[in-house]
Order: sequence, then C-alpha cells, then structure tokens
Amino acid sequence: MSGAIDVRGLVKRFGAKVALDHLDLTVEEGQVHGFLGPNGAGKTTTTRILLGLLHKDGGSATVLGMDPWRDAAALHRRLAYVPGEVSLWPNLTGGEVIDMLGSLHGGFSRTRRADLIERLQLDPTKKCRAYSKGNRQKVALVAAFATNAELYLLDEPTSGLDPLMAAVFQDLVREVHAAGSTVLLSSHILSEVETLCDHVTIIRAGRAAESGSFADLRHLARTTVVVKTAQPIVSLADTPGVYDVRVKQGHAEFSVDADELNAVLERLVDLHIQSLTTSPPTLEELFMRHYQEAAVDDPRAVGDARAEAGAVR
Amino acid sequence: MSPLTGTGMLFWLAVRRDRFLLSAWVLALTVFLFGTTHMSVVGLPTHRDLLSETHFMAANPAMRLLSLSAGASVGAYAMSRSYVTIAILAAVMSAFTVVRHTRQNEEAGREELLRAGVVGPAASVVAATLLALAANAVLAPLLAVAMILNGQPVGGSLASGAAIAGVGVAFTGVAALAAQLSSTARGANGLAMGVLGVAFMVSGIGNVLGHVDSRGLVAFSAWPTWLSPIGWGFEIRPFGGDHWWVLSLFAVFAGGLIVAAARNAARRDLGRGLLPVQTGHAEASRLLDGPFGLVWRLQRTAFVSWLIAALGSGLIFGSVSGSARSLSGNAQQWYERVGGSSDMLAAFITSMVQLAGMMAGIYVVQVVLRLREEEARGRLEPLLGSAVSRPRWALSYLVTAGVGAIALLVAFAAAMAFTAGQAVGGTSGFLSDVTTAALAELPAVVVLAACVLALLAVLPRWSVTLSWLLLAASVLLSPTFGTSLRLPEWALKVSPFGHQRAPALPVSWPAIAALLAVAVCLTAIGLVAFRRRDLIVG
Repeated sequence: MSGAIDVRGLVKRFGAKVALDHLDLTVEEGQVHGFLGPNGAGKTTTTRILLGLLHKDGGSATVLGMDPWRDAAALHRRLAYVPGEVSLWPNLTGGEVIDMLGSLHGGFSRTRRADLIERLQLDPTKKCRAYSKGNRQKVALVAAFATNAELYLLDEPTSGLDPLMAAVFQDLVREVHAAGSTVLLSSHILSEVETLCDHVTIIRAGRAAESGSFADLRHLARTTVVVKTAQPIVSLADTPGVYDVRVKQGHAEFSVDADELNAVLERLVDLHIQSLTTSPPTLEELFMRHYQEAAVDDPRAVGDARAEAGAVR
Repeated sequence: MSPLTGTGMLFWLAVRRDRFLLSAWVLALTVFLFGTTHMSVVGLPTHRDLLSETHFMAANPAMRLLSLSAGASVGAYAMSRSYVTIAILAAVMSAFTVVRHTRQNEEAGREELLRAGVVGPAASVVAATLLALAANAVLAPLLAVAMILNGQPVGGSLASGAAIAGVGVAFTGVAALAAQLSSTARGANGLAMGVLGVAFMVSGIGNVLGHVDSRGLVAFSAWPTWLSPIGWGFEIRPFGGDHWWVLSLFAVFAGGLIVAAARNAARRDLGRGLLPVQTGHAEASRLLDGPFGLVWRLQRTAFVSWLIAALGSGLIFGSVSGSARSLSGNAQQWYERVGGSSDMLAAFITSMVQLAGMMAGIYVVQVVLRLREEEARGRLEPLLGSAVSRPRWALSYLVTAGVGAIALLVAFAAAMAFTAGQAVGGTSGFLSDVTTAALAELPAVVVLAACVLALLAVLPRWSVTLSWLLLAASVLLSPTFGTSLRLPEWALKVSPFGHQRAPALPVSWPAIAALLAVAVCLTAIGLVAFRRRDLIVG
C-alpha cells in the first residue's frame, strides 16, 4: 500500500541554515497522524514543502502519489489545508472568504458549509478585519472541512480556539477519519494529539526523532510504577532499568524501562506485593524528553524558528 | 497543470477587493485632467496669451524639467501643465495595485491560503498585473474624454490618455518585478517608487538638456528622455505629431518585466525574494532604548531617501537659478506673484524654498501617519502595554517628524545655496539667506504634522485619507500652485504654506507665531484625544 504522505531524506536549507536534515515521514492512508516537535524543529517547513509552496533541496516527497511541487494544483484539488496563523482579506466577509477558498479548491459542499458554520458558531457576515484570531481560524476550518478532501494538512489548527470549539474541531477530525480521509495534525496541544491520533512522528532539529504508533512509542519509554509491599524495599535503585526511586511509608515509586518491567516485577513479587499501580508514559512525558534534549542539543532552535517564519512572512 | 491555473479567480478576487479604490483613482485622475484642461481653455482667451505661455513653458529650462511643449495649442499647453503629475499618479496607482495583490498578500500569509487551493504559482502575479492593466485601459479613454469634452482634438486627446496610461502600464511591469525582488511589500513599493523617481529625473534632465525650435514654442528633448518610461510619454507628443508607435515601447517594456516576474514566481519558494534578507543585530543598540529610538529606527530608511531627494533637488534648482534672472514676460509675472518680488532671482529662490517646504510637509505627514499604521496593525498595543504613556508615544512621532523636517530643509537650503552661488556668485550670502528662508517654512510643516496627529486621534479610521487630502489641499492652495490656478490672494492664506515669502521678502514673525500657536493647539487636542479614545486595530 502506498502511503498518503511519503517523505524520504528530505532536506531544506534557508541560506546557511539547515531547516530539514534528512527528514523521514510516512503517513499511511486513513491515519490520523500527529506531527510534533519543539518550535523551529521544521514542522511548518515540512508542511509547506508538502503543499508545494517551498522547493526541497534534497530527498523525496510524495503526497497522494504526486509530486507536490510539479503537480501542485492537481494535488490541491485532493487536499485541504489549515494554517496556524490565518490572515484574511480585511474588507471581505468571512462567508465570502469561505466561498472563495472553496471554489479555489475546486468545489465544496454547500450543506456542509452551513452545518460547519453553525457548529463552529461563526458569523459569516462579519468583515474579516473584525474577526479575532480564533474566528479567523474558524473561517479557515470551515473552508477546509467543507471540501471533501482525501488528505487534511492541519498546522496547529486550534491554537486560537476556545476549549468548546476545540472539541468541535476534534469531532470534525473524527468524522473525516471515519469517512476514510487521512489527517496530518501538527499541534502543541498534546491532549488533543493523544485523543485524535493513532500514530505520531516527533521531529527535532529537522530530523524525525521518533515515529510510530502510540503503542510502539510507549514501549520505548518508561512506565511509572507505584507499589506497596509487605517486606521493605531495599536496593531497588541498583536494579538495571530502574530510575527515580522514591520510597516513603512503605510505598515505592519509580520508573522502569519497558524491557526491564518483567524482571523488576519478579523481584517485587518476592517482597509480597500488597498494591500496585502502573501508568504508561503520557505523551507529555515522551514529548518533554525530546523537547529537553532538543534544547540541550541545539540552543539556537528558537532562533531558527524565527528565521523560518521570516522566510514566509 | 499550468503555473497560471486559477488566474481568473484571483483576478476577480482582486477586482472585488479593489473595485472602489481603483474606481476612485481613475475618476480622480480624470477629473484632475478635466480641471487643468478647462483652466487652460479659460485662462488663455487670446492667441497671444497662448503664445506667451507656451513660450514660457518651452524656453524655460526649469519648466522643461516637468514638461516638453509640443506646440502652441491649448491641448499641448494643458499636457505641459499636467502630464508629469498625472503620469506619476498613474504609475503610483499601478505599482501599489500590483504589490497589494502579490507581495503584500504573500507577506501577510494570505497567499499561502490561496496557493493551498488549485492555484498555480504564477497566478497571483498575472492576476495582479491584469487588474492594473485593466485600470489603465479604462483610464486612457476616460482621460481622452476629459480633454474632448473641453473641445480638444480627438487624436491629440487619445494620444494624451495613451501617454499617461502607458506610464501606468510600464510601472505595472516594474512593480511586478519589484514584488519578486523584495520579500516585503514595503520594500517592493519602495523599489518601484525609487525606479519612478529615477525615471522622472532622467526624463527631466533629458528635457532640460534639450532645445527649442526657432520660434521658441516647441521643445525637443536630448537623448536621456528616451531612457525613461515617463520620457516615452513626452515623446508621443500629444497635439504635436501624435507618435503612436512610441506606445510599443511601453508594451515591450512592461511585457518583458511581467513575463520575467511570472517566470520567477513560478520557480521560487513562497515568501522568498531575490534580494537577500539581511539578518540584524541580536541585541538592541543604545539608540533603541525608548520611543524616540524606535520611531527613528522605523523611519531611518525613508528619511535617508528623503534626504538624498532634498539634496538632489536643491542642487538642481540652485544650478538653474542663473537663468531665472533673465526671465521676462509671463514667466516673470508668475514668479513675481509667487515670490512676491520683482527681483527675479529672489522670487525664483522663494518659490523653490516654498516647494522644499511642501516636500518636508509630505515627509512629516508620512511619519506621523505611521503612528496610525502601527496602531491599525496591532503593533502599538504591546508598546502601550509598557511603561511609556500614550502622549509620549504620540509626541515621539511628532518630534521625529519635526527634527527630520529641519534636517531636510537645511540640507535643501545648503545644496541650493551651493549651486546657486556657483551659478551667480556669493555662496555665503546665499547660505544664510536660503537657510533662514527654508527654516521659516518649518512652522507650516509643523502645523501639518500637528493636524495629522489631531486627525488620527479624533478620527482614526479616516485619518489616513483625510491627512493626504489635507496635504493635497495645502499644496494646491499654496502660492506655487494656487497662483497657476489663478486663485485669489486670500485663498492662498488658507494654506499653511502661504505665509512666508523669504528671501524675497523679510521673514514674517507674526505669521510664525500664529502658525506655531495653531500647531500647539492641534497637538494638545491630539494628545488629549489620543489618550482618551480606545485603540482601534484594523
């Protein structure tokens, strides 16, 4: 099966700066794929290459089996895009912009448009200059979801929405997913990614640091264990694969590598377990690890993000 | 698929956005030409008047900077009077239109939204140029009609319209390429306006270096005029030959630039320009530590361009002052009325100093209006969130404008005194006289700046339009233009520029005191109103 998005060894330079450094990204058809990474990691640059708005300097990128630069217009008939920062024409109304973007896409559903406007509680008669950031984002969301796209490229689409509207957005993603569409969702709102996405790619300094299903990723990370045993716990800290041990009032709390979980539990069984809770790593924990490493590896990450934004704005 | 996919839809989007703006532009230019033609018809009742005025236009090198007389006819005279002004305005209209629908969209992030649709990479450039070309295509026949309604020959009227619209077409091309070169709308507009300035100077120099026929009625340019699109408009010679083939120069020039721009757009990354984006300092310099520093930093580039313009025009006007002494007849009367003195040299310098005052006026209006732009774009909000009060922010724009105006006036005066001294002798005498005279224009300039401040405090949404209208009125009612328009003396006093005639007459201190008092009142109104009202974004 060919992927909806197939990126291999993608390279993009802005002058001397390397924005994407041999990035790999595979999104299978029908996936809702989370695309995570610290600011300046290259998420927006990747999205823009996938849209054919930027040239790649190396590697390959295929979207829905097409070359995004060469076949841009034909490809855009099949995909919908919501940018993180939506800028609109101040003297047009929201409704006019939705219709215009819809027809530029090559057609959209009128009934779906009306339905979306109602669900997102958008006033389409207002001029765009009067919209807040969240309302401008709603305009872009209505325009995107009123089309019947095979692929949705969403670049931090909920950064200006209130929690209620963010929930509506999540419903919209679930609906297009159920209808068989593919979604690439770049977001900093981890709970949103966690509820919506079945696969994630974490990008760091222009490379894919981690990619796979949540199950795979969790396997790579440590599980937190809280345990109470009849016999006192000693010498757990020496056990391979165990970290951050804290013992208080007969309780022990530690994190353990997934590979060592079995061995550690066997030792605990000998101490007679009275209660045990294990919690799988949250996305936040996974993510913070990469963010922090990114910050240590590359203190210029923030500056790169600014340069990247400057190239487009 | 083609890089032009979606051009049609983007064209209609641009039409939808600009329908009122471009209609207003086209209509205003048409009315302007109708007015000047009508004035020429009424103002030159006899053939003798026509001959003397035409001779003044054709034989006077300073007048040839702005005109190239095509012969003794009312139509030719009207074109001598208004061609350069309208052609420059048509170029501004066209260039701003193209940049608005290309680089400005791109900079704001709207182009990204469009291009995610079924839209080819060159569609925006082509749609924007089509809109500007369409505006010029409408403008040309309307201008012709404006002259025909005044009883002018149809052929010459059509040639006039075509000459002016041709300049618009040429600058449609210039702006299309400028929008590819610069990665910001401001930069692209600046680039196009820079080319316009050079085109104006080149054609002006070509005309000045030219010669007049034996009767002194038809002027011929030297070769530099042929290097400039504004010059091509002269060379069409409306009402004096109607050389239609010159129009092909506009077409080839604009066509080449538009094709180059579209090709570049189809190849490049979204958001990038061909000119390198410079990186700046990581830390703010000592200069940037307060409101004055920031305002100065935002104005720095514009100020330097204005300074160069002030120095350049001072040098040119000073160097032609020698020939002003020998003026006679109608030209003499004109300068006497404008300068208020029968000493031709003093009268000439006076009228040039008034011109410099108006230039400084344009500069301060632009600087103070920047405050409104910052507010509208939402950039003022975070600044006012800091420990600096609103009046202090507003004042820093006013003071920056005023200090800049002083520098421009002194630079102009020094440059003019230098070349006038070379031409006539007595540089040091000129230096003190001209500098004093130029600084006497400052109160008028400050009144304009204070007026703009009051406008943007009281009527923020309308302030930009009203401020430019105010400036236009001040210029039209000034002695320089008002005298040509044959306005009565009292009307000239309405303009802040109508109160000083130095060095021909002594500096009027009561006028300075009165203007400064008005400026202080307007500033106070502006500061109080600006502090009381809500910030209005958008």
